[in-house]
Amino acid sequence: MDIIKTLQNELTEQKQHPAFKSGDNITVSYRIVEGNKERIQTFQGVVIQRRGSGATETFTVRKMSGNVGVERIFPINSPFIESIALNKSGYVRRARIFYFRERTGKAARIREKKHFAHQK
Amino acid sequence: MPGIIGRKIGMTSIYSAEGKATPCTVIEAGPCVVTQLKTQDRDGYDAVQLGFGEKKENRTTSALKGHFKKANTTPKAKLVEFKGFDNLNVGDVILANIFEEGEYVGVKGTSKGKGFQGVVKRHGFGGVGQSTHGQHNRLRAPGSIGACSYPARVFKGMRMAGQMGNSTVTIENLQVLKVIEEKNLLVVKGSIPGAKGSTVIIEK
Repeated sequence: MDIIKTLQNELTEQKQHPAFKSGDNITVSYRIVEGNKERIQTFQGVVIQRRGSGATETFTVRKMSGNVGVERIFPINSPFIESIALNKSGYVRRARIFYFRERTGKAARIREKKHFAHQK
Repeated sequence: MPGIIGRKIGMTSIYSAEGKATPCTVIEAGPCVVTQLKTQDRDGYDAVQLGFGEKKENRTTSALKGHFKKANTTPKAKLVEFKGFDNLNVGDVILANIFEEGEYVGVKGTSKGKGFQGVVKRHGFGGVGQSTHGQHNRLRAPGSIGACSYPARVFKGMRMAGQMGNSTVTIENLQVLKVIEEKNLLVVKGSIPGAKGSTVIIEK
């Protein structure tokens, strides 16, 4: 197992992203290749889960597009991810908030985590 | 085909040059020691016997101890013969750098044992009927295995329940993605047979 971890560290370029966890609202900017052109698209939503560890870690972001839920799974070390911005850190009790999928409207709100002076 | 003996380390994924995540298996390939040369004159065929993995001296039979002493090496856990090597002498060490990145290899190993399994798991049968509406006990049964008075027997090779897995499996045309010489590691694309830590044979 250790061989795999050291190999992952050598072969995968690990980027520095802000720390985020499930319940947080983030914006992911990622590159899209269309033919020969490249452009940057953003995806803003709530993080539902972080899965795996090391180079193969992924996270799932859910957003409401109109009234249709859209989820995207990103590998955290994907070279296509330009940047991740943390918009709001939410207060949730679970590491994987799948119950959030059934919530709509007012119920689909996440309490914002309060930052106290001594925590910063 | 020239090849090497190795040990499966496990799976991970790496990013290709285009940025695609590629599933891959890490194999510790070698170092392997040439323990014997088989020659046309003496044995009727040309081959090279390679040894891989350490074994305790007190668990080695006297006959094998002598065999390893001839090659001037410590007792090895696994001995495999390969054809297609040239200009090797007994005692030479073969490393993972006989492979190049981008080359295609075949990997032979022992698949994970699944025990005695029924036809649904072993051969992908659909089972019989449905699970409700008076169904008795035929849900995962094989169904008919042939006709009646003619041919009055069951054809050879009829797929039935039995031991699944724990058999020798070769997967061919796996691309070598990386060769890490200093650690003797090979990274091949896709999966290979067997559990982590099991011995595998990698052939060109």
